[in-house]
Amino acid sequence: MGLHLADRFEELIRRASTVLPPDVERKLKEAAAAEGDTPAGATLRQMLDNANQASVGSTPICQDTGTPIFYVDYGPDYRQKQISDAIKAAAAAATARYYLRPNAVHPLTGKNSGNNVGDGFPYIHFHERDEPGLKVRLMLKGGGSENVGAQYRLPDSKLKAGRDLDGIRRCVIDAVFQAQGKGCAPGAIGVGVGGDRGSSFVESKEQLFRPLDDKNPDATLAELEGRLYKELNELGIGPMGFGGKTTVLGVKIGLRHRVPASYFVAVSYVCWAYRRATMTVKGEEVSYA
Amino acid sequence: MREIKLPAGEKVMRELHVGDVVAVTGVMMTARDAAHKYMVEQPAAEVAEVLREGMIYHCGPVVRKNDDGSWSFVAAGPTTSIREEPYQATVMKKYTVRGVIGKGGMEKKTLDACRELGAVYLSAVGGLATILARSVKRVLTVHKLEEFGVPEAMWVIEVEKFPAVVTMDSHGRSIHDEVLAASQKEYERLVFGR
Repeated sequence: MGLHLADRFEELIRRASTVLPPDVERKLKEAAAAEGDTPAGATLRQMLDNANQASVGSTPICQDTGTPIFYVDYGPDYRQKQISDAIKAAAAAATARYYLRPNAVHPLTGKNSGNNVGDGFPYIHFHERDEPGLKVRLMLKGGGSENVGAQYRLPDSKLKAGRDLDGIRRCVIDAVFQAQGKGCAPGAIGVGVGGDRGSSFVESKEQLFRPLDDKNPDATLAELEGRLYKELNELGIGPMGFGGKTTVLGVKIGLRHRVPASYFVAVSYVCWAYRRATMTVKGEEVSYA
Repeated sequence: MREIKLPAGEKVMRELHVGDVVAVTGVMMTARDAAHKYMVEQPAAEVAEVLREGMIYHCGPVVRKNDDGSWSFVAAGPTTSIREEPYQATVMKKYTVRGVIGKGGMEKKTLDACRELGAVYLSAVGGLATILARSVKRVLTVHKLEEFGVPEAMWVIEVEKFPAVVTMDSHGRSIHDEVLAASQKEYERLVFGR
């Protein structure tokens, strides 16, 4: 069963690395049409062409196959260790098949483990549930976009940002402005408000699993997401920072309760090569999306 | 679209201006963080010839080892260039490098080196891994593979019609600076209402 499960994870990794999710592709197509015959439009069309060729040839959309971030919901028929062993085996196998670049580097020696397995790598979040089976969400998050993420502590005197909606808005605009094209624009923006230093960033990443065209169930946040989407695109940074109307593909905001003393706003940027995939296992049945 | 053949002299590079769309053909070398540190700190005689009048590509590729022992690029988009800003100008001058290809742009030291040397910085589209890998026709050799690992090693590659845009030229212009200045105005309006 162990090997069997590893094969399923390897297929999840292959799909995430080589196939752009349909909502992202749709959004890039809309943007390409809106930019028309400009360098921005040409850049977006190259991105779409590249994604198409990657999908056909089963090669990575981007050579930076990123940090593999797994969210695993598992039922009573699975054990954590069994799942993490299978994920590690799958990461090594996917590296051998060139779906993943060897990406796990020791911070002190600089040594690359060569197979994407290392301390805390891949990164796995587990959630136990009563329902049998597995639901696994995977994001391959590139390093260039990870580097332009930012965390703010409100109030922020430089941004004149208080502990309120407008303060959150200022932080997000600042982060995207500072990023310019360096995160491989047009990106999607995940925002985690509240929590602590660590959990605000976790929340910002979890927001990036939402489909681009969904609506935040919280009306206040939905309104802020819509406003920020419009305003961030007014920055004019454009695809790869060459200038243009398309700077972000979407903005997703989530909240966590905070202690009275702290108010964090964490902003995670994911590049246009927005690679995420989901696997659902029920008994012997497996499906991917 | 203008074709650039490597090795290319100063004259050709001085003719290029920001916004020019080019296709690069010839031999170039990948280099990222470990390689730049190495090229600055060591004589790096083994890479001197390919770099002279040549180009550096900021890229950490996915590379396949074929059954006959040769290598093929599978995925090879550009990586973020700014990490090499502390080293780039020194490397360009030390080895007479005429072009640097990457993404995200670089800053003043590199722009000054472009002006002084007659060189350009070119942007490739980030994440264009499959398309760009296909423009790599052959891997000629690789330096420091064992020590640096696959992404950081210095891969000497022969490319054909590698697509890129000149975003920093030898005349002191940088698209990155210009977009930054324009977006700064919008930023100040949106954040501070001025």
